[in-house]
Amino acid sequence: MDTNKLLDLLRQNARLSDSELAAMLGTSAAEVSDAIAQLERSGIIIGYSAIVDEEKADETGVTAIIEIKVTPVKDGGFDDLAHTIMEYDEVDSVYLLSGAYDLSVTISGTSLRKVALFVSEQLAVLDGVISTTTHFILRRYKEKKHVFNEDSFDERGMVSP
Amino acid sequence: MIDYEKIIPKKISDIQPSGIRKFFDIAQRIEGVISLSVGEPDFKTPWAARKEAINILEKGKTAYTANRGLIELRRTVCRYLKNFIRTDYDPESEVIITVGGSEAIDLAVRAIIEPGDEVLVPEPSFVCYSPIVNMMGGTAVPIVTRAEDKFRLTAKALKEKITDRTKILILPYPNNPTGAVMRREDLEAVAEVLRGTNIVVLSDEIYAEMTYNGEKHVSIVEMDGMRERTILINGFSKTFAMTGWRLGFTAGPEPIIKQMLKLHQYCIMSSPTVSQYAAIVAMEKCRDDVERMISEYDMRRRLCVKGFNDMGLDCFEPEGAFYVFPCIKSTGLSSAEFCERLVKEKKVAVVPGSAFGESGEGYVRVSYAYSVSHLTTALARIREFLEELKK
Repeated sequence: MDTNKLLDLLRQNARLSDSELAAMLGTSAAEVSDAIAQLERSGIIIGYSAIVDEEKADETGVTAIIEIKVTPVKDGGFDDLAHTIMEYDEVDSVYLLSGAYDLSVTISGTSLRKVALFVSEQLAVLDGVISTTTHFILRRYKEKKHVFNEDSFDERGMVSP
Repeated sequence: MIDYEKIIPKKISDIQPSGIRKFFDIAQRIEGVISLSVGEPDFKTPWAARKEAINILEKGKTAYTANRGLIELRRTVCRYLKNFIRTDYDPESEVIITVGGSEAIDLAVRAIIEPGDEVLVPEPSFVCYSPIVNMMGGTAVPIVTRAEDKFRLTAKALKEKITDRTKILILPYPNNPTGAVMRREDLEAVAEVLRGTNIVVLSDEIYAEMTYNGEKHVSIVEMDGMRERTILINGFSKTFAMTGWRLGFTAGPEPIIKQMLKLHQYCIMSSPTVSQYAAIVAMEKCRDDVERMISEYDMRRRLCVKGFNDMGLDCFEPEGAFYVFPCIKSTGLSSAEFCERLVKEKKVAVVPGSAFGESGEGYVRVSYAYSVSHLTTALARIREFLEELKK
């Protein structure tokens, strides 16, 4: 079985059953089940989640992307600070980036004020943080290849034959 | 008051509207229907081709092209055919760029058929062949193909229908609606029947790139003696997801193409210019997109075949196009009844097999040019429908 294809299918829709996946990949449900277990054991698949239109799920909720410039420390590099930031429940994701700043942190909260306060009171004051810039997400267009607010009207099919 | 009945000739008013169309009309009146009925890709045209069209518009290349089509595109098409079906065509004299494969079918039939001529049409098949033949005063003679033969045209069935008046054999493979393909040995058997006759083959290969199970498409023109009697038809609509661009092509022996060109020139002038430029890019630079689409279709195909067989509808494994053609005879309903009840009770639209010829009765055509999540939802509803039927 092509594990890359299996991963692709799961990335698009992790709710497909083993037997549906098996049909698509031309193998048996048992093999798919084994392959997924193996991917989970080896840490290639670390979890499953839904892609939610947060605007619809919670109209008042906000998400921000915080750019953080960091002074790397001897031995620990950026990892120590990244691990500290990861610990906060408000933090959805933490990435180390190349380029103009170092860490990109995604935070969701119930209001602009709460997120802004979290950044100024919790993140900005951490040792090693040189500066933070907060960007609030205004609209989501596409996430993990899923498109938000897509007009579900299928314009095909209006023609004959 | 003008009497329209008097001005419309009977042979025109007698043409039946497409059975697919009729069914769409029913489906469209019901709200919230999810469809498995369309015959076009759900993918968008590869971006490189779209970008080229924008570029061409910006440059203002908006004039007619040569009647036959841009010479660059004809050369591209010839290179493509050389590579794909190992056959040489002269871009100067043996190729026309047409408005979709449909125009090419129309040109071919009109160039050849006179009143009284017979055209052999394997069925079930696409719905446009017979009406065009009838308009020319010819007779379309169906050749029934069967699930037990994998819906392939057999030499035996072909021989039985050939008469002194037979002029064209339509060869619609990979097939819409059955998904059947013809293997080399099947084509060789057909070629053996035709060699030494004056019968022309109209090989409609619009789904040629969509073949599965590792077997690549083979064209009848590759068989000995067939190139000289075959009008090959293909296009950009399905392979490159370019349906709305209206672009196809035909390749064949110069004496026939020359006649088809006159018809094309008087009714079309030249195919859409912007589309032609975009098509060059599609054919030359979008191979990866095509491979990706085909691999996606293949996964969906397997999902559907298994889905139908699991729910108790026998489903022949199609090896081409993007349709599955499950048999619904076990339900005791006719194709039309099945489809009408399914759309009314479960809001899923599929097309009655009978729309593709009488031999399609007892089957329905299901298109898998839809996303996997759309397909799984629709399959679940069809399963519910069958369970409720049994009660």
